[in-house]
Amino acid sequence: MEIRSKFFGAFIGAALAAALAAPVSAQTVIKIGVITTYSGPLAPPGLSMDRGLSLYAKLHEKDLPPGVTVEILRRDDTGPNPDVAKRLAQELVTRDQVNFLAGTVYSPDGFAVASIAAEAKVPFVDMNAAASPITRTPYVVRDSFTLWQVAYPMGLWAAKHGMKQAMIAVSDYAPGNDAAGGFAKGFTEGGGQVLDTIKFPLQNPDFVPFLQRVKDAKPQALFIFVPGGPQSTQMMKAYNDLGLKKAGITLVTTQDLAMDSELPNMGDAPLGVVNSGTYTTAATRPANLAFLAAWTKEYGDKDIADFPAIQGWDGMAMIFDVIKQTGGKFNGDQAMAILGHYKTTDSPRGSFMIDPDTHDIVQNVYIRRVEKRNGKLANIEFQTYPNVKDIWKEMNPPKPQ
Amino acid sequence: MSEILAASVSILFHGLAFAMVLYLISVGLSVTMGLMGFVNLAHGVFAMFGGYAATTLMNAYGVPFPLALALAVVLVAAASVVCERVLYRRLYGAAELDQVLLTIGLVFMAVASAKYFWGPLAQLFQPPEILRGQLDLGFREFPAYRSFLILCGAVLVTALWLGLDRTRFGAKIRAAVDNLRMAQAVGINTSQLFTLSFALGSGLAALGGGLGAEILPIYPGYPTDYLVDFLIVVSVGGLGSIRGPFFAALLLGVSDTAFKYLLPELGSFFIYALTLALLMWRPRGLVGGPL
Repeated sequence: MEIRSKFFGAFIGAALAAALAAPVSAQTVIKIGVITTYSGPLAPPGLSMDRGLSLYAKLHEKDLPPGVTVEILRRDDTGPNPDVAKRLAQELVTRDQVNFLAGTVYSPDGFAVASIAAEAKVPFVDMNAAASPITRTPYVVRDSFTLWQVAYPMGLWAAKHGMKQAMIAVSDYAPGNDAAGGFAKGFTEGGGQVLDTIKFPLQNPDFVPFLQRVKDAKPQALFIFVPGGPQSTQMMKAYNDLGLKKAGITLVTTQDLAMDSELPNMGDAPLGVVNSGTYTTAATRPANLAFLAAWTKEYGDKDIADFPAIQGWDGMAMIFDVIKQTGGKFNGDQAMAILGHYKTTDSPRGSFMIDPDTHDIVQNVYIRRVEKRNGKLANIEFQTYPNVKDIWKEMNPPKPQ
Repeated sequence: MSEILAASVSILFHGLAFAMVLYLISVGLSVTMGLMGFVNLAHGVFAMFGGYAATTLMNAYGVPFPLALALAVVLVAAASVVCERVLYRRLYGAAELDQVLLTIGLVFMAVASAKYFWGPLAQLFQPPEILRGQLDLGFREFPAYRSFLILCGAVLVTALWLGLDRTRFGAKIRAAVDNLRMAQAVGINTSQLFTLSFALGSGLAALGGGLGAEILPIYPGYPTDYLVDFLIVVSVGGLGSIRGPFFAALLLGVSDTAFKYLLPELGSFFIYALTLALLMWRPRGLVGGPL
């Protein structure tokens, strides 16, 4: 009983303080509801995203118009749980009355939040979820990437550099299928031939039997997609242990398999692997160097900034842009008009823009090679496919209403 | 033709490596279930902690691989004796539901504490330099570590079988499995026997967990996610048998690998179908007597 009354007292006190504080300061508070994965085995990319967006907000709060502050409300979807993500988005919209929704690592959550955003007319900045159709929903803008977008240039590059026949091996879920589709399209357009596509279960502990089949078939090239994280290390180990490189099978992949944060766990296995991606810490653009300096100052040098971190950072930059342009007074449609025409040249990943027609990102896709720099493995960019759009949207135009 | 041959060799090889790990982990479960009539769903916990102990000793303390494995086995076997004396002992002869509740509770506690101490991600497992890469046998190459696994497994299986057939301890276990009351009547100290065989089973599980960390990665979900595999090996093999689970592990390992290799989209569907069919044909397992 005593505990309850104490709690009640604290509650009343807090409510009073809030009621008193609000009119006195006369401030506009822009609320940003972030829904991402903060706990559970799938948390690392979510935490990385949060660090990126929090760092941007912290460093740029001083640039906001006078009297405007931002408040970040963090909610944990615990992984690909669309029902949880939907409930969290609902609460953020109805109870907390947020001005923006943001986040989601996983596409099922992205779809769930997008549906609430459309209903409530609250802009949703998708900072990772990569399934192409998410941005078909109104009030959604994406600053991350789609796998069609990243894998397609990899296919073009591979076909152009002497690879004529390839096998594809991907995790059997939507992003895996997208990556396989993107690579196959680029590769066949460049004159290559896809021999076979192997799909293994998403939750599979042992990749070796699948790769053994590739080794026995001896294709010239192998394109792999697995979700970034511990699976990438395991896959890279399996590739190395089976001696696919020695057997003359060239590995090409997306940034997920050669994530900067996983490279230190991989030994020398990924040396020389060519992959396509949107961001690497090894890039020497001034904007990236400045970002890395700020990151290291905030989080130390053990914590490696990954593409989810950059997407959090850039997404927050887009939200800040809306606040600055409107002085903090805007509705959902006005915010979407600004977000939909967003353009920047000083993102850590270079320049990018939002396509006003699709609200999806148009950005450079870099072809990188894993090399040793200062004794550490790094993804070194050596070719750029500029301003790549989400190719899936061009292949699947929206049906006329 | 040579393609079919290459595929068969690949499937047999990887299936055998997987089977060895499955067998090492599951044989202890078969003995505890057959000998003590105890439904120990927490058996995978011992394998997981064996894996954690081995990887942690290697990664954080630089302990060499064989020593790390030996220490893991000793640590886990000792811990299992404590568990057996303090917890399991109370429920010998109790209703199966009580045993299931106790051991499932242990699984949940183990999963939570593994997550607390080691975090949610899989442990890095780096075999010594000499066991990495490929082993060239002239006509084709095999992954070195898995070749080593098969060799280790073969040695251990032989030692285990000989030990059970030729030693006094083995004779006591066989006697107790066949007829517990008669074994007690002729003066076998079954209480001590239970503790020893429980420790042996857990130690073997820990060894399987450590050795097999490359095939079954060590992470907090280990005791629940692989439980089905261990139970399939035991039920298809036959309770209380030492040889039955070996053939069951072979069957499971090779057929699972074959389907991963030939029809990857089907995933592990086939394993469950096969188990179902086998158990309908022989409800007490390959080696178990008639029901």
